[in-house]
Amino acid sequence: MLNRQGRPSAPQAHGVSDPAAGMGDQAARMQGDANTLSTGSAGSHPTFTGNKALAQIEPLLFEIGHTDVTGVDFDEPENFKPRLGGLERKDEIGLPGLSEPEAMRHYVRLSQMNYGIDTGLFPLGSCTMKHNARLNERMARLPGFSDVHPLQPVSTVQGALELMNELGRYLVTLTNMTTVALSPKAGAHGELCGMMAIKAAIEAKGEGKTRNVVLVPDSAHGTNPATAALIGFVVKPVPARDDGWVHVEDVKKLLGPDVAAIMLTNPNTCGLFENQVAEIAKAIHDAGAYFYCDGANFNAIVGKAKPGDLGVDAMHINLHKTFSTPHGGGGPGAGPVVLSARLAPFAPVPFVTLKDGEFTLLEHEDETAEKPFGRMTAFHGQMGMYVRALAYMLSHGSDGMKQASEDAVLNANYIRASLADLFSQPFGDKPCMHEVLFDDTWLKDTGVTTLDFAKAMIDEGYHPMTMYFPLVVHGAMLIEPTESESKASLDLFIATLRDLAMAAKKGDKDRFTGAPYHAPRRRLDETRAARSPVLKWTPPAPIAEAAE
Amino acid sequence: MRYLPLSDTDRGEMLARIGVQSVDELFADIPKTMLLKEPIDLPRRKGELEVERILSRMSSKNVSASSVPFFVGAGAYKHHVPATVDHLIQRSEFLTSYTPYQPEIAQGTLQYLFEFQTQVAALTGMDVANASMYDGSTGTGEAVLMAHRVTKRRKAVLSGSLHPHYVDVVKTLSEMASDDVVTMGPDVSGTEDILSQIDDSVSCVVVQTPDVFGNVRDLEAIAAKAQQHGALLIAVFTEAVSLGLLQSPGSMGADIVVGEGQSIGNALNFGGPYVGLFAAKSKYIRQMPGRLCGETVDADGNRGFVLTLSTREQHIRRDKATSNICTNSGLCCLAFTIHMTLLGQAGLTRLARVNHANAVKLADLLDDVSGAEVLNKAFFNEFTVKLSKPAAEVVERLAEKGVLAGVPVSRLLPEAGLDNLLLVASTEVNTDDDRAALVAALKEVL
Repeated sequence: MLNRQGRPSAPQAHGVSDPAAGMGDQAARMQGDANTLSTGSAGSHPTFTGNKALAQIEPLLFEIGHTDVTGVDFDEPENFKPRLGGLERKDEIGLPGLSEPEAMRHYVRLSQMNYGIDTGLFPLGSCTMKHNARLNERMARLPGFSDVHPLQPVSTVQGALELMNELGRYLVTLTNMTTVALSPKAGAHGELCGMMAIKAAIEAKGEGKTRNVVLVPDSAHGTNPATAALIGFVVKPVPARDDGWVHVEDVKKLLGPDVAAIMLTNPNTCGLFENQVAEIAKAIHDAGAYFYCDGANFNAIVGKAKPGDLGVDAMHINLHKTFSTPHGGGGPGAGPVVLSARLAPFAPVPFVTLKDGEFTLLEHEDETAEKPFGRMTAFHGQMGMYVRALAYMLSHGSDGMKQASEDAVLNANYIRASLADLFSQPFGDKPCMHEVLFDDTWLKDTGVTTLDFAKAMIDEGYHPMTMYFPLVVHGAMLIEPTESESKASLDLFIATLRDLAMAAKKGDKDRFTGAPYHAPRRRLDETRAARSPVLKWTPPAPIAEAAE
Repeated sequence: MRYLPLSDTDRGEMLARIGVQSVDELFADIPKTMLLKEPIDLPRRKGELEVERILSRMSSKNVSASSVPFFVGAGAYKHHVPATVDHLIQRSEFLTSYTPYQPEIAQGTLQYLFEFQTQVAALTGMDVANASMYDGSTGTGEAVLMAHRVTKRRKAVLSGSLHPHYVDVVKTLSEMASDDVVTMGPDVSGTEDILSQIDDSVSCVVVQTPDVFGNVRDLEAIAAKAQQHGALLIAVFTEAVSLGLLQSPGSMGADIVVGEGQSIGNALNFGGPYVGLFAAKSKYIRQMPGRLCGETVDADGNRGFVLTLSTREQHIRRDKATSNICTNSGLCCLAFTIHMTLLGQAGLTRLARVNHANAVKLADLLDDVSGAEVLNKAFFNEFTVKLSKPAAEVVERLAEKGVLAGVPVSRLLPEAGLDNLLLVASTEVNTDDDRAALVAALKEVL
């Protein structure tokens, strides 16, 4: 099979001894590229194309496209006098195009190299890979939501503002907080918004110069310290204890007039509900500081407890986790922040208000008597995600959301109880919330690491759990099944993990250290990628030149 | 409940295996007084049909761009997106996958990110691009922080024709981080004297082209002056299609290019989600924010892709990270790259010409309307019109007549005394009939 550059896509097949000889680096590289599929029993039946039935190889766009090919039809405009002020582009852009059928095939083939929730169990702890209902996709594409401009007159987008207002009402009700800033674009952006509100509140009290310390437990997501540092706070860690909880006396020891806030994840990243949260909140407030809660794990307690009752001042909600807007291979997310009465006046613009039966949008700081700290983003935030999240909430209802939290916690504990005899639990045998944390103590002397174990799970058809996080546990394996899994699915997953565990303990190292064997790629060399970064495709050197 | 597979029998068996009587025993760490006994006071579950009814009712209260003559821009643009794009981004394996932390089973995402980075680098004329940011405005904030890291200075100079929301985002971030920001006054004509602001204390100059008033700006002199003083030029765009026809920011000397990619592949979505494009000179790679996808090989020597240079990022570096960013704009970025692949250079330049031609036609028509005057000499697909009446009022009256005419400058800059200015955008979606409708309605109102 030749690609458009006239180079063989699979020169290694059919016993050709060294088909790339004399063809230059690029050809040699492509020889490697082509052999995408794993070895194993199929390895002894090479194919001419390098494809293996449904497992198709797909070259880069730049290796199959041409700059004079397009998949979009437009007529050239009639003669007109350009008004570009002499700044017309003179160089080639160098962007290849594909016709529509070619583009379709290119991306479908790429998609087939991906694992998604719809493919199988995706127990990535703290990331909450639950079912993405397609109703929500359909709703987000209604023209009144997807085909409206953020700056068209507010009289023409009353329904869109109503939706934002309704989403806000749901979030505030579920959390028992005072208000919500909808606009943050993702969880980390929500953290930034919440911490900015805290900073603004501290400055409003005239303590901006003195209160500059933020307490962050060692088990926190990396975004927490990164966010605090970004806006000039000094991060002080709260040390980890061997029971997985943050202790109020440890917090108290660090409190003083210099402390602005604590950033506490609850339920925490060890999969535990912080059982001293009320005492911690009280100590924080008594010291004149604020309680920021990382709401990444809110999905465990929706309908079971309200963060506002726990003393939280600000909490972001990852709509893509708790309310199942799709993760989409890494985004887009959405991170609305609910705020307590103490922080509500500082919420950033814009926000929606209802006045005389009409929704209005406050877009400028001086349009309100409150004290907004500024603006997080252009326009009004992630509308497309708001629609999906509200569709989720309406579908589940108050009863369904509570049931979802309970099922998520039940599923995690079922896995925990079913693996407790083989795997090691760093904080003892006690109930967890929506995710169960194991460490790698049980793998000691097997020669198998957490990473190896994860890669062997890939061969069994599972996406691995979160590995090596939280950092407070050695070789962490954080498993979050979510409420979307049936008992049968969990039973097979548990049986698989037990089989793998016993194989590791029996010394069947090869099953792990060489894994994955059956994925579209074998283990990838990340060190090489970082040492000499290749971040874009560059045209190959002409063959004749390269061969000299 | 259609989304929850467990039956009550399942639940009972599972509780027994766990060794507890009721699910509430699993919630025992929640303080007793705070554990809710009853469902929260919100409506009960609903079937698909009912949810669809509720949301459709809200949707129908809005006037969608496709249903009227539509000329609204100012940072988000109505373009035609091929049907293929929306089909492909809804493929399960794209839609329901996560950040490619397990690259062996995420090559689909990683390969398109690598292709996306290559496309963005080519489009902007830069060495490298990242795997996308949340949007153009937050990307601009990140670009300023990056410039501070590179130059070890902490003062940004913002052009007076940078989109006002972008200005606000940068100012908010800078004030919070105790960095300096100098903002030039509103610059309707694109003739501000930004050069005089550049000295050895400046970390970066942020200039948008085409700018928020539609002017096409030559960046070369600014780049030269910035370079002379060790400052960086951050070039911003909000209309990615313009790069099909205009000189790239890279060719004019930009050090960092950041822009809004919504125009390619993405719907208006009332402001989000969008996709931020972010590119830079290669010497600054290690100071870049956001995810980067790189090429490598697997254990069999086959080409593959991974997320790389993650030692910059928060999950490794924590409070020393280059940014707190932990995501990109995955699906929007995919939509961008698919649409760009369908266009190719040939399609993109033609699309850009159609946009420009439509805008030129409209500008000529509006210039002939008494009480309206186009202010721009050079523009791409958007320009500023000076009206004889306050633009907000005119836009409202035209909306009543079923024409969405543009963005009043006062919506973005209420205190600037520019109340009679209207930003008007025209893309490939506008027909001769649309233009005639706008002109006719405007004649009635002015």
